[in-house]
Amino acid sequence: MKLNAVTGLVAALVLAGTAYAETAPADVVWVDDVQIPESLTGAPGNAEAGVAVVSSRAQGNCVACHEFAALPDVQFQGNIGPALDGVGSRWTEAELRGIIVDAKHMFPDTRMPSFYRVDGFIRPGDAFTGRAADPATFGPLLSAQQIEDTLAYLMTLTE
Amino acid sequence: MQHLKPARSLALASACVAALWSGAALADPDLSADLVIDGELHIVTRAPSDDTITPYLPERYSGWLFRSEDTRAMQMDDFENPAMIAAEAGAELWTTVDGSAGQSCQDCHGDAEESMRGVRAMMPHVNEDGVLWSMENYVNNCRTERMGAEAWRWSGDEMTSMTSFLSLQSRGMPVAVQIDGPAAPYWEQGREMYYTRYGQLELSCANCHEDSTGQMIRADHLSQGQISGFPTYRLKNAGIVSIHNRFRGCIRDTRAETFAEGSDEFRALELYVASRGMGLGIEGVSVRP
Ligand code: HEC
Ligand code: HEC
Repeated sequence: MKLNAVTGLVAALVLAGTAYAETAPADVVWVDDVQIPESLTGAPGNAEAGVAVVSSRAQGNCVACHEFAALPDVQFQGNIGPALDGVGSRWTEAELRGIIVDAKHMFPDTRMPSFYRVDGFIRPGDAFTGRAADPATFGPLLSAQQIEDTLAYLMTLTE
Repeated sequence: MQHLKPARSLALASACVAALWSGAALADPDLSADLVIDGELHIVTRAPSDDTITPYLPERYSGWLFRSEDTRAMQMDDFENPAMIAAEAGAELWTTVDGSAGQSCQDCHGDAEESMRGVRAMMPHVNEDGVLWSMENYVNNCRTERMGAEAWRWSGDEMTSMTSFLSLQSRGMPVAVQIDGPAAPYWEQGREMYYTRYGQLELSCANCHEDSTGQMIRADHLSQGQISGFPTYRLKNAGIVSIHNRFRGCIRDTRAETFAEGSDEFRALELYVASRGMGLGIEGVSVRP
């Protein structure tokens, strides 16, 4: 009985944690315009899941523009942006979160897309169909969880 | 009808192949490669830039220079170039009677080698009514107004066959579109579009084809996005791709709502993009991956 109540309480807290702590794109808090110190999910991300985000076409597809020497098995890595080796030592976690969420804060006019923003686009489409986006279902390129997972992975790239 | 059935000796063909392999040590893209069709017709693939149209390009490059050795070779040999099949179908259509007036293109225009020479190099072009038209518009206008025939779909097989055939009549001639006078407002509109960052990825034509020329975007080697080679046979599609079809694909890839083929927007963009390739040789029909 007692144990069950405790488990129930913990479960309720965890649920509340995920439900309330996720920050919507419009509510992201920037510091000095380039840093985001707070986790978007309220928890640390999973670096392994981050590997899938950076390398999959259906997710972040960061490899379209960036090389990762640490991922030699991922074919066809682009070089529009700098190689991301060592990026975990070049930037703080808050800065890297800012770059992934909306790189235009750190690098105005950059070609890098904004991964956690939902407004200000010209003729936004419904993914890659060529048709207009439906405002009712239009979401950011990556979820809060995917952003945190990507960040966790980038933080492991220290050389 | 130029180069449809080129007479060519085996000796020439092997000379051509030998020249290709001697350049094999160079990595793609090979800016020193020479585009010579069937060992005879040299096509200009590098042209000087200028301050009014392309102040941010060091030089103008055909997309051919950015393709692999194999794809480049395919375009140098009319027997290997799969786009020539479409051009031959276009030649056939040129002489085929269609519509209520009982006429073919040839009945009015005669030998295309003479009457259509240079047409592709000046397209798109403002018509008598002051409207900017692409080659497809001129073709369909003849069909509906003069032949009493139905208009062809912009990127349908008949139209791309015809534009392939017509483009071949300007093969090797330098791109020379009019951008002043009545064309000026269209050109401005096209330039505006070229630098607009469309879609959820917020990428403009210039972001990819001016800022990133020569760089890799995943498996693709970015060229300057020139249209002097169009229509093009895309190996990936196993078919002919029109200029506006290519524009659609590129805008769609920015996660944007695209424009329609034949739209006012795409005709204006076509004029502007054509002008960025002034001086490049019309490739007639090209091959791209
Ligand atoms: C369309 C191209 C493109 C894509 C896709 C892209 N980036 Fe970038 N990225 C750039 C460019 C260009 C820069 C250089 C910044 C500038 O513009 O000055 C950059 C810079 C960065 C930097 C700073 C690098 C350094 O060495 O200082 C990080 C970190 C980064 N990107 C991470 C990512 C991640 C993570 C993703 C995917 C979720 C991603 N990028 C997707 C183009 C891209
Ligand atoms: C996200 C990147 C991207 C954007 C933005 C983009 N393109 Fe492209 N484009 C490509 C790639 C990749 C190719 C195939 C490789 C090449 O030739 O550059 C291509 C090819 C082309 C080609 C064919 C060139 C040839 O020689 O076969 C044309 C023409 C073209 N683009 C025009 C445009 C125009 C006009 C726009 C803007 C409306 C545009 N592109 C926007 C990526 C892009």
